Amino acid sequence: MQQTNAIQSPHAQTRLPKQPIAKVLGFGLVTGLAIAAIGGPDLIGVDPAKQSLLATLSPPSLTHPLGTDHLGRDMAARLLSGAQLSLSLALLSVLTAGLPGTILGVTSAWFGGWTDRLLGAFADAVLAMPGLLLVLMLAAIAPGSWWALYAGISLTLWVEYFRYTRQRARIILADPSVEASRLLGLGPWLLVRRHLIPEIGPGLLTIAAFGAATAVTAVAALGFVNVGVRPPTAEWGVMMTELLPYWREAPFLILQPVACLVITVLALHLSVGGLRRS
Amino acid sequence: MAHYFKSVLTVLAARGLQAIIVSVIVGIVSFAMMQALPGDAAFRIAAGRYGYDMMDAAAAEAVRLELGLDAPWFVQLWGWLGQLAQFDLGNSLVYGTPVVDEIATQLGYSLLLAGGAVAASLMIALPVGIATGLNPNSLLDRICMGLSIFLRAVPAFALGVVLVLIFAVQLKLFPVAGFRGIENLILPSFTLGIGLAAVSNRVVRDAVVDAMNSDWQLFARTKGLSARLTLTRHVLRNAALPVVTYVGVQLAYLIEGVVIVETVFAWPGIGHALVHAIFGRDIAMVQGTALTLGLLYVALNLCVDLACRGIDPRERAL
Repeated sequence: MQQTNAIQSPHAQTRLPKQPIAKVLGFGLVTGLAIAAIGGPDLIGVDPAKQSLLATLSPPSLTHPLGTDHLGRDMAARLLSGAQLSLSLALLSVLTAGLPGTILGVTSAWFGGWTDRLLGAFADAVLAMPGLLLVLMLAAIAPGSWWALYAGISLTLWVEYFRYTRQRARIILADPSVEASRLLGLGPWLLVRRHLIPEIGPGLLTIAAFGAATAVTAVAALGFVNVGVRPPTAEWGVMMTELLPYWREAPFLILQPVACLVITVLALHLSVGGLRRS
Repeated sequence: MAHYFKSVLTVLAARGLQAIIVSVIVGIVSFAMMQALPGDAAFRIAAGRYGYDMMDAAAAEAVRLELGLDAPWFVQLWGWLGQLAQFDLGNSLVYGTPVVDEIATQLGYSLLLAGGAVAASLMIALPVGIATGLNPNSLLDRICMGLSIFLRAVPAFALGVVLVLIFAVQLKLFPVAGFRGIENLILPSFTLGIGLAAVSNRVVRDAVVDAMNSDWQLFARTKGLSARLTLTRHVLRNAALPVVTYVGVQLAYLIEGVVIVETVFAWPGIGHALVHAIFGRDIAMVQGTALTLGLLYVALNLCVDLACRGIDPRERAL
């Protein structure tokens, strides 16, 4: 009786809060942002670095739908260019962190023993410091270069995939249903496909969305404190630093990159169901 | 009791190991920063010692021999970490003063800000969490849920900028930046505190809901204890454990937040110094400040570990 139960519903204990409207909204926003980031700069066709010192800090108009900054650069073009930079860096680091993290997690759970201990120790070493501090240090090796930023973010993000996958895979691989399919002589690939991926997939997506949000925030935070991407690159954090001195003349300008950042992070959080992490 | 001391020793050993790992990582990354600097290190150090006009190639060679700069990188790295192990943080490359002195003055400010942030977060999270936890799924609960999701998505520095624009610039209630008195503490503390409370108020709420649904809560009520006494004597104490544990989870956010928020508010603390040192390529300062922040993280974690053992008698018995 107990065994049949276990085989019928293998380790189904994921409890995600049901917020369909929020999820749909978040997913729609993420899709919209991605489309804007991919196609927007070409659609607008304005060079985000083109200055026009006769039209600085101008309010929204037909030629500049979101106004111009302190050097007369088109805000819409700069925001879209910033979206492109942030989102592609986030996607890139999520992939670079997610694939090895997941594979190492499964490896760790599968082999156990010394493999498991070594990989676990490496993950603990990365977690010994707050993530942003590590990213800050690594970015400082080559200040202003995007690859140091990218490497730092990926290095801190992989641990979450690893720990989640290892923990879940350990439970799944010890399950009677897995034992049964092993006894039936089914190979390891089928195990991965039929047992592991359906079980850990949704959790990995959640981690990926939160990881992307962390990456977007980190890029902006480091840009804001002059350690990440450097001017004249259009990046939301850099734009905030640049526009802060002009809050009195043009408060609507400084709020634009802030709003972009908040909407992006919020959309990513909502797309996987909001506050709770699995 | 012996078991209790044993468990405390285990905690101490684990955190001690973490402290060593932090030091080694900071040391290695700082060394890499040093190696990545353009130009010849021997010439740079000789110029620093004798002045740019007074040095020549012979002086640089003397420095190279003296400091072993021609040794392979792993020998140099070993020496670098050896210095770190003796708590020799060197002098600031920009100010020329010992890094330890600089950090000693900055650490107090950073601790003040971190304390202010935790206090601000508890001032928000505890009342909100208890109120929503006692009325789960009410309108208030839903509104707070929505607000929490929204505020969690607002990065600390963006929130800081918005708060400065509203409260310092428009309403002129608080100073914009710097440190002249305790009124400077309020805005940065709440910037960080709101971010912390955005998540922790939900943790308080869940803990209160769980405690209110427990059998012992029902028993306390059944034996005739008033609702108020049940709440203060039983529910809140039991709800405190997950909350304190969660403060531990939030420490990483706190330390990261201190670094960024200090920069927003020009707060004279360690995070501000770290960012400045990175910008100015002052590697000795980068190493010292990053090490202090990393070790602060470990120390605060240790405090949370011990606090959890203090609150929960079961942990003591184990």
